[in-house]
Amino acid sequence: MEETQSFRFFNRGPSPAVRLVFFSLLSLLLLFVDVRYRYLESARTVLSILAYPFQRVIALPGVLWQQSDSFLTLQGNLLRDNARIHQQLTVDAVQLQQLQVLQAENQHLRDLLALQQRATFPTQPAEIVYVEHDIFKRKLFLDKGSQANVQMGQVVMDDIGVVGQVTRVYPWLSEVTLITDKDHSVPVQVLRNGLRTVVFGSGDTGDLMLRYMPNSADIQEKDILVTSGIDGTYPPGLPVAKVGRIERDPAYPFARIQCSPMAGVNRHRQLLILSGLPKLPERPEATPENGADQPKRGRKRKS
Amino acid sequence: MNNFPKDQEFLLPASNAFVFLSLLVALLLNWLPWQGIFLALRPDFVALTLLYWCTHKPFRVGIGMAWMVGIIADVADASLFGQHALAYSVLAFGGIVLNRRMQMFDLRQQSLQVFPVLLMTYVTYALVHWQLHGYIAWSYFLGSVVSAMLWIPLTLMLQVIRLPRSDPDNL
Repeated sequence: MEETQSFRFFNRGPSPAVRLVFFSLLSLLLLFVDVRYRYLESARTVLSILAYPFQRVIALPGVLWQQSDSFLTLQGNLLRDNARIHQQLTVDAVQLQQLQVLQAENQHLRDLLALQQRATFPTQPAEIVYVEHDIFKRKLFLDKGSQANVQMGQVVMDDIGVVGQVTRVYPWLSEVTLITDKDHSVPVQVLRNGLRTVVFGSGDTGDLMLRYMPNSADIQEKDILVTSGIDGTYPPGLPVAKVGRIERDPAYPFARIQCSPMAGVNRHRQLLILSGLPKLPERPEATPENGADQPKRGRKRKS
Repeated sequence: MNNFPKDQEFLLPASNAFVFLSLLVALLLNWLPWQGIFLALRPDFVALTLLYWCTHKPFRVGIGMAWMVGIIADVADASLFGQHALAYSVLAFGGIVLNRRMQMFDLRQQSLQVFPVLLMTYVTYALVHWQLHGYIAWSYFLGSVVSAMLWIPLTLMLQVIRLPRSDPDNL
């Protein structure tokens, strides 16, 4: 191999091994830059615009199938659905009337207490155009992007609960990381007793996990977890998950708690993007001089 | 099938447009909305097509081309820049190394030769992911087996397209 290469008649440029090393280093450099910094987002945006028409074309058969499916629905099905929805509407209307009274009362009380209002949030519907086809990740692409004022960090939900969060925005698309993604976490509260905790995605199974809950924590099966709204990213009170299996092993400090998402994380086609969350005031920076522990120690040492 | 290497002499030269078109079709096949178990079993059409061109036209489609295709795949997958590019560069290198050897084998033997290269590509991709995220979905590697099994039909298909048409005026 070496001899033939040193004796070439035609110049073919550098050898494959050299090229491999060059392009591997280039890839690794890109990986490093992409992980550490966010310089490449604009390049990604430009390339995604080029790829967008192809993605729409490839999603077309599925869309056509669904449209023809809805076009050819039987009348009986429609009538049955209609009756069911009417029934649901009357039930909901009664609850809604109570809710309006409660809302007014709550607003009044909060006015009295000068607390921040729990506003209702404007939502915009969006449709899933594209499901992540990387087996490692739980992500979706919606058909609303920065042209429709979608911003990073906005919450995506369906009619039942939280589905995920917008993590990247393209001009006509936005990427949503589902709550079941391994790297995703949601601050929640147990609805029954108000216990605050954080729920994490478990990655490959499509479930959620509550980590770092002590064995003695007051949590039961079928407890419902709602967002606590503490970080300001999620509005408070949205249903997130239901507690499934709990393993309390005294050998370990933490209990293993599995939860299943409330929302149809893998089911729906239309989702809602919440916008216009109220900005919380900035978190005060903890300076080392004003920290809780150090000055006390200092004083003790001095005295 | 055994006299396959002799057939190769009569293949039409692959035009640039044909190479690009085949890669584009492969990318579109990868972008189909695969889900669940089909996602795990999905063969990597882009890797297979790249490997075909790297083994048959190593001076036309090389590591640089594979790298660029990888970048496009990265954008569409929303994976990190360079993840697919690195994997496909390794793949192209494997294909170029295999180039001479492939001409001696028939298709069944070729698919056995192709499997380690594909597996290496999958391992590269998974290793990068493992480094960054700290876990590996093992079902991901099923795709390399399915891809290797798809080598024979894919090669046959591309060869048939590249066969010279019988000219009706000659007969």
